Amino acid sequence: MRIFAYAVAGWLVLVGAMGILRSRNLIQATVSLSVAQSGTYVLLLAIGYQWEGRAPVFSPGSTPTSDVVDPVVQAMALTDIVVSATVTALLLALTIQIEKTHHTVDPDKLQQLKG
Amino acid sequence: MSAVLIVVALTLVAVGATAVVFTPEPARQAVTLSVFGILLTLLFFVLQAPDVALSQLVVGTALVPLMVMLTVHKINQRHR
Amino acid sequence: MSRRARLLVFALGAAGLAVMFAFAVAGMPPFGTSEHPYRDLAVPAALQHRTANVVSSVNFDQRALDTLGEEVILLSSVIGTAALLRPTRRESRRPATRGGRVSDSTTLLSYLLLPVTVLIGLDVVVHGHLTPGGGFQGGVVLATAVHLLYLAGRYESLQRLRPLSWYVWTEGLSAASFAVLGLVGLALGSGFLANIAPLGSFQSLLSAGTVPILNIVTGAAVAGGGVVLLAQFFAQAIGTTQLPTRRSTS
Repeated sequence: MRIFAYAVAGWLVLVGAMGILRSRNLIQATVSLSVAQSGTYVLLLAIGYQWEGRAPVFSPGSTPTSDVVDPVVQAMALTDIVVSATVTALLLALTIQIEKTHHTVDPDKLQQLKG
Repeated sequence: MSAVLIVVALTLVAVGATAVVFTPEPARQAVTLSVFGILLTLLFFVLQAPDVALSQLVVGTALVPLMVMLTVHKINQRHR
Repeated sequence: MSRRARLLVFALGAAGLAVMFAFAVAGMPPFGTSEHPYRDLAVPAALQHRTANVVSSVNFDQRALDTLGEEVILLSSVIGTAALLRPTRRESRRPATRGGRVSDSTTLLSYLLLPVTVLIGLDVVVHGHLTPGGGFQGGVVLATAVHLLYLAGRYESLQRLRPLSWYVWTEGLSAASFAVLGLVGLALGSGFLANIAPLGSFQSLLSAGTVPILNIVTGAAVAGGGVVLLAQFFAQAIGTTQLPTRRSTS
């Protein structure tokens, strides 16, 4: 339990990288990249977790306490998610553009085209 | 209790990620990616991060799979 | 490089990464530790500025400069995607392809869901300093809500509701006002993006100073950017007679 959360974060990065490697389609490579990036969210939130800690949001009606999970890593994870979405959008747009000029989205065939 | 929930959520996320990567067709990948997004959302809720969970729900379960689906549609259209 | 050679290189790299990651994890505090030095600084700082949602306080007050950087990333990605997906002349003449028939109940449901989703999006943005949520989450909800009209099988009415130039301007001006609000803080002598507005009373709608203002500005920027982004992909996938980028940006 002590390291299980960190191990899962590492596994996500690794399996995502493997997906990029074995992809035969640039869309699959992009999706795999976003899986790899989700490993960083898990890592960040795992670092900030505290047993029995509450969420760092003191909604109206609740009393503030210092026994909360770390809000700083949560803010970073939030930024991470938004950046991941913008990267995915750009890569998908590039995929569409590559398909228009080279008529294929297979990375291996694209490499052959360059010679 | 929370320990059990966290272990279950983490295991589901690890399995879900593997499933997304090994889904053969990009069109189906958009669906598995969306399911993976929900699993991550669950994990973030369990880890007491509602802000991140909400963000993951709207971005990872709706926005990104939608863009993937539209890209797949565009490319399949041209290869027909 | 052959696939086999590539796999070998990957295996070596992955093994190296795994070993280094294991060392790093061994040196990290155990999962669920009660020692969080950043938390101990961030929570009092948020309470001092009467912000109930500490995560919002970190994003829009304590680390507001980073969020400005994030907005610039979003803006550049929207510009980049719009430039890449600019329709060619041949494509722009192609008539819109008709989707499959949509049942009346789906249309009705989508029409009913649209205002509800827009309200939820606005609610998430406006209460970002009190409850989970904020400009980023609410903005994405708003951008996606507009596209429910596609689900309703009304791509034409979607285009009418979506004069893209409005959203382009919304995105640009909101991102700019974020920076201007920062400069106001500098002009008042408190520093760039300092929390300068009256703090109000804790846990009420008017509290947390500039945090809700920056949240609303961010919500507008993300909603605008999200609509522009999705519109580019929809235009590619469905093929439209409207020129989304060329007409609106010139």
